[in-house]
Amino acid sequence: MTAKRKKPAKSLGKAPTGVLGFDTITGGGVPAGRATLLVGGPGSGKTIFALQFLVQGARGKEPGIFVAFEEAPSRLVANFDRSGWGLADLIPKKLCFMDAQPAPDLMRSGDFDLSGMLAALEAQASQMGARRIVFDALDMVLSMLPDPATQRREVYRLHEWLLKRELTALITSKAGHDETGSPGPRPIGFMEFMVDCAVVLNHRVSQGVSQRNLRVQKYRGSSFDESEAPFVIGSAGFDVAITRSISRSDLKISHERVTTGVKRLDTMLGGGYYRAASVLITGFPGTAKTTLSGAFAEGACRRGERTMFVSFDSDGSELMRNLTSVGIHLARYVQSGVLQMISARTITGSAETLLVRIKSLAKAHSARCVVIDPVSTLSSVGNEMTAHAVAERLIDWCKADGITLVCTSLLDETGSQQASGTPLQVSTLADTWIHLNYLVQAGERNRGLSIIKSRGTPHSNQVRELILSDSGVTLADTYTAGGEVLMGTLRWEKESAIRAASEVAEVETRLKRLVLDAEEAELRVRLKSLQTELVAKQVEKALLARTRASDKGESSKVRLRLRELRGADAIVSSRRK
Amino acid sequence: MSRANVFRFKLYTAAGTDNSAVAFANLLAICKTHLQNRHSIEVIDVMRHPQRALADGIRMTPTLIKLSPMPARTIVGTLTQTDRVLLALGIEAVPV
Repeated sequence: MTAKRKKPAKSLGKAPTGVLGFDTITGGGVPAGRATLLVGGPGSGKTIFALQFLVQGARGKEPGIFVAFEEAPSRLVANFDRSGWGLADLIPKKLCFMDAQPAPDLMRSGDFDLSGMLAALEAQASQMGARRIVFDALDMVLSMLPDPATQRREVYRLHEWLLKRELTALITSKAGHDETGSPGPRPIGFMEFMVDCAVVLNHRVSQGVSQRNLRVQKYRGSSFDESEAPFVIGSAGFDVAITRSISRSDLKISHERVTTGVKRLDTMLGGGYYRAASVLITGFPGTAKTTLSGAFAEGACRRGERTMFVSFDSDGSELMRNLTSVGIHLARYVQSGVLQMISARTITGSAETLLVRIKSLAKAHSARCVVIDPVSTLSSVGNEMTAHAVAERLIDWCKADGITLVCTSLLDETGSQQASGTPLQVSTLADTWIHLNYLVQAGERNRGLSIIKSRGTPHSNQVRELILSDSGVTLADTYTAGGEVLMGTLRWEKESAIRAASEVAEVETRLKRLVLDAEEAELRVRLKSLQTELVAKQVEKALLARTRASDKGESSKVRLRLRELRGADAIVSSRRK
Repeated sequence: MSRANVFRFKLYTAAGTDNSAVAFANLLAICKTHLQNRHSIEVIDVMRHPQRALADGIRMTPTLIKLSPMPARTIVGTLTQTDRVLLALGIEAVPV
């Protein structure tokens, strides 16, 4: 019972292959103690993959045997002693090559089997305690067997032996011309059903550009990424491209802002780009995309951050000379080693190759800021299919490594007049998208800058005019008049007109004030005189009243006197009473 | 009968496989018919002596190596096609 329960747990073990990306796709490597089939056409990288798998094991605690059916071990070692692999140090204790090439003058007569080889391997394996084994080009020896039934018998024999020894095996075999990778009428066909894991390597040439990819066909008892994953064979061996979409959450996000190199653009973005953001600058040729990215590079260098400027358009020194004309001086940073200028004009190859080259260069320079000018080169002829995925991974990689990426993208002037997308569709992935365009007006071409999007930062929605002068890059407000944006001379004219108008208005105001002052003064004077007049009137009135009263009193006295004199009755009678 | 005419063989076999048994039987038959007492055969079982298989570079069983007379010759398989085997080993067929 316990033995039964233990078995499945054991089967989950995985042996890391050391192939960058492959271990991620398969969640740890090839099945440990089982056989894995590696199928591919000529030059698809089977042997490198297999050897890397052995080197990885040998560096750890798993010595390995390489059974070479096709190439002499001495030649293999010479071919694959890549920098950093250190094959010479591993041979023969940790890594051993067994020459299993059939001798050219070997004669066959009747049936034979591989017991001899297995016996020899048994001896070798127990001698060095091997845990890993590679059968390189097993199809070579199988094709010597007379019929499919015998071939099958020998493969079973081999498989049985592997399982018994619990060796982690990698069997490589040539693939036919069957692009789908389905088992065809080739000696190895049925092996794909037998082994626990099968990997197909493809090497295609599309429009003259080499494209390699790898696909895990099956993996018993494990989940895996089923799609074709592009890979590159670099100086350090295999590099399988993977998107880390699942483990995205472990990204360290930053609230730190880095300057764009243009003060007003920083203001427009509410402080600058975010650290580790990916910035896309789009525009037609000559809209100062390179200048803007140069300003960013200078800003980064001024902070002392290691920066890498990859230019697909022009030579490094040429670019620096050109940027000097707009007040961006990069030469001193190149001398101090902070800035690395890479002219990638001469690098040809697939988008995948470019990405790997850029990645390794950036790693070597330990760059914190990377400028790629223009990133649209990735989608050049022959790369249309993969370019988008490459751009995606470029952004993903930068984010993971905390690198602030600024890339420019050329818009095809005839193709996409609308600023709705870029050929690479980076625009949807980029965090900040700045669009530069021309405004032809009144016989002038002026550069306009607008921020189409900027995730997580408040940003101005105004179009600004980008002005390049020998003192640097500046942004200026634009004027909107009658529904039209004014730039260049028109803006200048408008500005001076407004200035003149305001002067006139000022003078007018002053004049008006004077007039009003005068009027006020006049009114005050009038008020004073009126008040005085009022007082005079009041006095006059009072005088009048007094005169009236005395007049009245006088007249009644006079009347009384008159009555008395006349001897009026009324007065007499009233006196009597 | 000169000394040079003695055929020295090494036959690498894997015990328990049909191929090896057939090859041994075929070799014995060939020697008996065409090389009466002009031969010596060393049989090495790779299952019991894997180190020898490793050292001698034996990859397939059965493997027959003719050590003398020169040139040395290696034949892999059950040795069923007698005419071809004789030709390869440089043995003059004795008419039956």
